[in-house]
Amino acid sequence: MLSDTWSRWQRFRVDNELVHLFLHSPVAIASALVATLAVMAALLAPVLAPFDPYDIGGIDLLDSLLPPAWTDDGDVRFPIGTDDQGRDLYSAILYGLRLSLLVGVLSVSFAALLGVTLGLIAGWFGGWVDALVMRIADVQLALPAILTALLVDGIARGLLPDGSHDRLMLVVLTVAIGLSLWVDFARTARASTLVEKRKEYVQAAIIMGMHPLKILARHVLPNILGPLLVILTIDLAVAILLEATLSFLGVGVPPNQPSLGTLIEIGTGYLFSGEWWIVLFPALALVTLIVSVNVLGDFLRDVFDPRLR
Amino acid sequence: MVDTLLEVQGLTVSFATRFGEFTAVEGIDLSVAAGSIHGLVGESGAGKSTIGAAIMGLLPASGRIAAGSVTLAGEPLQHLDDTAWHRLRGSRLAMIFQDPQTSLNPLIRIGDQLVETIRQHADIDETEARSQAIALLDETGIHDADTRIDDYPHQFSGGMRQRVVIALALCTDPELIIADEPTTALDVAVQQQILDLLKRLVAERQIGVILITHDIGVIVETSDRVTVLRHGRVVESGPTRRVLGSPAADYTRALMAAVPRMETRLPRFRGILDDVSADLAGPDVRQASVADGFRVQGASAEYASSWLLRARDGASTAHEGPLLEIDGLSVTFGASGGGWFGIGRREGVHALQDVTVSLAAGTTLGVVGESGSGKSTLAKAITGLVDPSAGTMRFDGAALPPGGTRRRDHASRRRIQLIFQDPFASLDSRFTVERILAEPVRHYGHATDKGEVRRLVASMLQLVEMPQSALRKYPHQFSGGQRQRVAVARALLARPELLIADEPTSALDVSVQAQILNLLRDLQDSFGLTMLFISHDLAVVRQIADTVAVLKGGELVEFAPNERFFSAAEAPYSRYLLSETPSLAGLEEVAADSLGVVQPAR
Repeated sequence: MLSDTWSRWQRFRVDNELVHLFLHSPVAIASALVATLAVMAALLAPVLAPFDPYDIGGIDLLDSLLPPAWTDDGDVRFPIGTDDQGRDLYSAILYGLRLSLLVGVLSVSFAALLGVTLGLIAGWFGGWVDALVMRIADVQLALPAILTALLVDGIARGLLPDGSHDRLMLVVLTVAIGLSLWVDFARTARASTLVEKRKEYVQAAIIMGMHPLKILARHVLPNILGPLLVILTIDLAVAILLEATLSFLGVGVPPNQPSLGTLIEIGTGYLFSGEWWIVLFPALALVTLIVSVNVLGDFLRDVFDPRLR
Repeated sequence: MVDTLLEVQGLTVSFATRFGEFTAVEGIDLSVAAGSIHGLVGESGAGKSTIGAAIMGLLPASGRIAAGSVTLAGEPLQHLDDTAWHRLRGSRLAMIFQDPQTSLNPLIRIGDQLVETIRQHADIDETEARSQAIALLDETGIHDADTRIDDYPHQFSGGMRQRVVIALALCTDPELIIADEPTTALDVAVQQQILDLLKRLVAERQIGVILITHDIGVIVETSDRVTVLRHGRVVESGPTRRVLGSPAADYTRALMAAVPRMETRLPRFRGILDDVSADLAGPDVRQASVADGFRVQGASAEYASSWLLRARDGASTAHEGPLLEIDGLSVTFGASGGGWFGIGRREGVHALQDVTVSLAAGTTLGVVGESGSGKSTLAKAITGLVDPSAGTMRFDGAALPPGGTRRRDHASRRRIQLIFQDPFASLDSRFTVERILAEPVRHYGHATDKGEVRRLVASMLQLVEMPQSALRKYPHQFSGGQRQRVAVARALLARPELLIADEPTSALDVSVQAQILNLLRDLQDSFGLTMLFISHDLAVVRQIADTVAVLKGGELVEFAPNERFFSAAEAPYSRYLLSETPSLAGLEEVAADSLGVVQPAR
C-alpha cells in the first residue's frame, strides 16, 4: 500500500514510469552518467584543458609526437601524449568533444525541426501532400548519408566565397548532416500522427472547428513526443558519428581545428610508425560517447514502445 | 450440496507492485456443484478475473495466493508445481476468454487447433482426433462441421468463433470451465445463443461452470447460484433468484437498483451508489491522499446553471418544427468513381442508407442497433466528420452543410456537441482538466478573462457533481465515470442545444452508468437540452429516450415513441432484438418491494 508519509520525491519516483524504470536500470544510469560527463567536459573544456589548441603560440613543435606520460619517453605536461604538431592530446580531445557535440546537437535539432514539421503535415492532411513528402523522403533514403553530406559540402564550397567556408563550417555541417537525418523524424511523426488523428480527443477538436495547425501544435505534437524523443537520442549518436566521418574525410572541420574526426585522421597517418596514442585516445572518446548515447536511446525506446516490454 | 466439484475457501490473492503489497481479493469462499453454473458478478476492480486466474493457476508472476485453499473434487490445487498444472489445465480445467478474435490463432485452421489440443491430452491418432473434433464442433452448433473444420478463424463470425472456442475448451472433457466475460464482445442476439449453448452443455455433460461477468442480465438468465463481489470481498452469495431478487446486502440492492430495466421507464434511478465515495473507499489511495479543500473564488453549480440558462433565454427560437431533421441520409465508404475510363470503379460500403428521422427540441432520440448498423456513422454525419453521399440535414430550420463543406466557424459547431463512448480516449491525456475544459470556453469566445474562464470551468465541474479540486488533475487520475463527467462538462461549456451521446455509458460499470444517465436527464430537465443517444443496449434506451430509432445494416427499421416501441414494436427485427435482450423479469415480483430507499454503502 502507498504510504501517506512519503515525501514528494518518493511519490514522484514511484508514480513516474520513466523515472521508475530509469532508477531500476543500472545500464541506463551508467550511460546517462557517461553522457553527462562528456557534456560537462565539453562545456568546461577551457577550464579543464591545460592548453588551448587554438592558441598557435602555446604550441612547440619540439613537443610533437610525445608518447603518454606513463611511458619511458613521456612528459608529465602531456598525460596522454601529443600529436604531430605538438598539441596536448588531452586538451585537443576536450575541445574536439565540444565541437563534435555542438555539431551533433545542432544538426539533430535541424533535422527534428524539418522532419517533425513535414511529418505532422503529411500525416494530418494525407492525399497528395503526404505522397509528395514521403516520396521525397524515399529519395533521401536512397542516398547514403555520407553522399548527401558530401554533396551539401561541395555545393557550399562552390557557392561560398573563398575563405568564408571555414567560418561557415558549422552551418554547412549542420545542414549537411541534418538533411540526411530528417527522414527518421518525418516518418515517425507521420505514423504517430495517423494514429493520434483517429483518437477521440482529436476528433473532438475537429468537431469544435479548431484550426488544423492549432490541433497539431496543441494536441497532436505533445502526444507523439515519446517516440520522437527516442529518434532524437539515437540520431544524436548518428550525427556525432557522421561529423567525425566527414572530418576524417577532410570535408568537415578544417584540420587545424581539433574535432574527434580530425584527430583520428591525423592519428591514422602515424598508426604504423608506432605512435598509437594519437588515434587510440580520440577513438576511445568517440566510441564511449556513441555507445552511451545509443544505450540511452535504446532504454528510451524500451520505455516508450510497450511491445518490447 | 450433493456433489461439490470445486471448493474455494478463504482465498486471498495479493500482488507485489511498485506501490507495495496489494491485496486483490480477500477471504473468498466459493463452491461449485457439477452440472451447475455459478455466477461471479461485480464491477470493475472487484476481483472477478483474479479469482478465475487463481483457480486456473494462471496468476501473473507478481501475484500469489497468500491464504486459503482451492480444492477440485477433493484434490487441493494451490501447491501444485508447473508440470502438474499443465496436466490439469486443459484436461480437467478449461477456460473461455472474452474475445474470440484473439483466443484463436488466426494462422492455423481451427481443425488443427482442435486436433492438437485433443492429442496433447489423449493418446490417439490423427484421424480419430479429427473425428472427435468434428463431433465437438457439431455439438457446439456449427453446421457442416466436417467441411468447416478446415476453415481459418477469420472465416467464422464472432458468435461462431466463440462456439469454436467453446469446442476447444470441451476437447479434453473438462470437469470445470471458467468463462470470463464470454459474451461481452458479442451482439445481443449472438450472446443469447452462446448462453443457451453453455446451459445445454452444462446440463448434458454435467460440467461445473464459473461464469464471470459484469452483466446482471446474463447472470439472471443463466446461473443457478451467484456470488456478488466488491473490492475483492464477497458481499453476498447464494441462489441467484434469492440473492438478486431480494438482496440482503445494501450493495447488492444498490447494484440491482442501477440495472436499467425494459419493463418500466423510471423517472430516475433511485438508491444507487455515490461514485465519489465509492472511489475513496477503493484501493486507490493515491487519489484519496490528495487534499480536497481547493475552491475557486465565486464558483458554484448555481453560477454554471444560470450561465447556461442565460444562453437559453437569449436564443430566439423562431423555428417551430423539430430541432434536427434528417431526410434520406446515406453514407457510403470507400466508393470511387474510378479514374480514366472508369478504371478502379468501386461500389463501396453503405454505412447508412436513406435514413429519415427527426428530433423535437427538448426531447431525446435513442438510436439502437447491433455493431455495424451505422449508429456511429449517423453521429459522425451530423457532426460533419463524414461526408454523406445523399440526403439533407436541417438543424433549427436551417440546412446543415455536410462534411467538408461545413465551415470551421459555422454556428452548428458550437450548438451541436458530441460525447464519446470512451472517456479514456476522448480527453487529451497531456492536459489538466482545467485546460481541457477551458478549451471550448475560449474557442467559442464565451469568456477571455483568465479569472472568468476559471470560475466558469470550476462551476461547471460542480454542476456535473465533481469536486473543484479536479481542475488541477490529469484525466488518468480519475475513474471512468468521473472522466465521463468531465467530458459532459466540456460539452456543456460550449452551451450546446443538441447533445449527441455515442454510447456514453457502455465503457462504464452499471452503477456509474446509472449516475451518468441520471446526470444527463437532470441536465435535460434543467436546460431543455435536446439529445441524440446512441446505444446498443435496449434497456438503457428504454430509460433515457423519448423516441426510438432502430438501425440494421445502415437502414432505418423502426422509428417510434418509447412506450409504443417497447410495448408493441412493429418491425420483426425490433421484436427479435427485444426478445433476445436478457431480461430481469423473473426477479421482478420479489424486487419491486425491496427497492425502497437504500442507504449508499460506505
